[in-house]
Amino acid sequence: MSQVDTTTNAGQLLAAASGGRRRLGDRVFSRTAVVAAVTILALLAGVAIFLISEGYPAFTAAASELPEGKSFLDYVAPLAFGTVLASAIAAVVAVPLAIAAALFITHIAPPKIAGTLGYLVDLLAAIPSIIYGLWGIFVLGPAAVPVLKWLEEKLGWIPLFEGPASATGRTMLVAGIVLAVMILPIVSAIAREAFAQTPRKLTEGAQALGATRWEMIRMTVLPFGKSSVISGAMLGLGRALGETMAVTIILSVSGAVSFNLISQANPSTIAANIALDFPESSGLAINALIATGLVLFAITLVTNMAARAVIARQNHE
Amino acid sequence: MESATVTDSPALARPSSLLASGAGWRRRAKDRLMTVLIAGAFALAMIPLISLVYEVTKRGIPGLSLDFFTEDARGVVGEGGGASHAIVGTLVITGVAALISVPIGIMGAIYLNEYGQGRLRRALTFFVDVMTGIPSIVAGLFAYALFEVFFGPGIRLGVMGSVALSVLMIPIVIRSAEEVLKIVPNHLREAAYALGTPKWKTIVKVVLPTAFAGLVTGVMIAIARIVGETAPLLVTTGVVDSMNSDPFHGRMQNLAVYAYNEYRSPGVFKQAAYDKAWAAALTLIAIVMLLNVAARLVYRRYKTEIR
Repeated sequence: MSQVDTTTNAGQLLAAASGGRRRLGDRVFSRTAVVAAVTILALLAGVAIFLISEGYPAFTAAASELPEGKSFLDYVAPLAFGTVLASAIAAVVAVPLAIAAALFITHIAPPKIAGTLGYLVDLLAAIPSIIYGLWGIFVLGPAAVPVLKWLEEKLGWIPLFEGPASATGRTMLVAGIVLAVMILPIVSAIAREAFAQTPRKLTEGAQALGATRWEMIRMTVLPFGKSSVISGAMLGLGRALGETMAVTIILSVSGAVSFNLISQANPSTIAANIALDFPESSGLAINALIATGLVLFAITLVTNMAARAVIARQNHE
Repeated sequence: MESATVTDSPALARPSSLLASGAGWRRRAKDRLMTVLIAGAFALAMIPLISLVYEVTKRGIPGLSLDFFTEDARGVVGEGGGASHAIVGTLVITGVAALISVPIGIMGAIYLNEYGQGRLRRALTFFVDVMTGIPSIVAGLFAYALFEVFFGPGIRLGVMGSVALSVLMIPIVIRSAEEVLKIVPNHLREAAYALGTPKWKTIVKVVLPTAFAGLVTGVMIAIARIVGETAPLLVTTGVVDSMNSDPFHGRMQNLAVYAYNEYRSPGVFKQAAYDKAWAAALTLIAIVMLLNVAARLVYRRYKTEIR
């Protein structure tokens, strides 16, 4: 960093020596760079400002004017519940798999093919969400129906699997699993980077002391990567919270607030509700949808900032 | 690179297995078990990828025909018709988004890496991170709210979709561009300064050419990430059956929204509509994969060797 500064100064000194004052080209170019930086900040501020200004009428409107005749809070609460529930399932399913995949790539697979395996995991992130949605409803959903039936019969005493099991697979559990596949590459990429950076003196030291590979992983790699895994999981959670199309297509919604993961009656999510209702809405209903978008924006912002704080603290140490 | 090499070397592996013998069979058994579990979890994570590519290919091919690429869907009920309007729309919307995002993103990265200091630099770094977390549907709502203020409610334009996609694309471009600018060695800049080259000329003639392959790769990956977006376009560009290549006038179709719409409103001829939805999905996946592979090739072929 300081190196850059000294070269900058040297360059400016030279420029000053030869030209008297800073050249026109330099002034134009550096201003352009600053303008780009400010534009990006203005764009982000614009996102917040326009969502607030267009969402605001819904906060103050009477319940009777809003969709479903509820006050805004009663309208958004079940949606927020559904959003958090679907994302929680996704995180619970994805994080252990992502950690395992990262460990496999960094410490178990032959180093020669590790790069290719990592690329395959990353490919999961490249697939558009609309395709995950179609795959979820035409392939995974039908395939999951017998499993959902089995869960209802054997584990029906747990409220999560109370049933009645859906005959189409359009359930919260299937939606959560598809979200899990979608966030797995993000979580795994961050875990992979951290695991690969475990100091060799630790891993080799553990093995020199007679640790098996698993003991070496448990005692050196996992503790070393812990905070990265936590922040990666939170970034993944943030992605799942805002994911729209897969949930829109897969989930069969009834507006019910329920922890029942395998039935046909599910709460919708904020994002899916916008995608479903926005094209056919007008007037105050649009304002209400934009206001729910603002709530979603706030939830993901808090999640992401918490994740960044974990990363920042770790870099600091 | 990885410490796995340690276990691969028999000379090093032997002492540990010696120590582990005797009462250590339990530990070795656990080691085996965990290795199998971890490998199994990796295999499990790969099943969706394989299934997805297989199913999209299998179900997408029946819907692909010459008509799919040359006809639009105006007045088409059931079989026939195509998605040319959606393909053109995808190109226009994505192209305009790239025109907005690439200059802003790369100049922003130049600011961060070459000029930035103090509070503005810290704010930009932080808020670019924040921007990467914006849900795509929220970006769409923003574009709608922005244009609604100026053009009134119910507005739908191709360029609105481009603005929404730019919100998603700019942070990706700026992040990757910053990474490649960072690895341009300082001695190149210093050499240019020593020859009396002004700073802006050093950036344009030395720094950017050195980083060129990385910049192009980053832009291609960013385009691949946004080309398949559906949600933000659903609320900004709308749905339409006929060709429209003017981003500033009227609704515009795109491939992802086309696939969603064929699935959601299949009409009477369900299978024909589903075939078209899958064909659009296959086309989309092919575009994304091509961009990803091309990005890798560009990087390998044109990267500047830095010593």
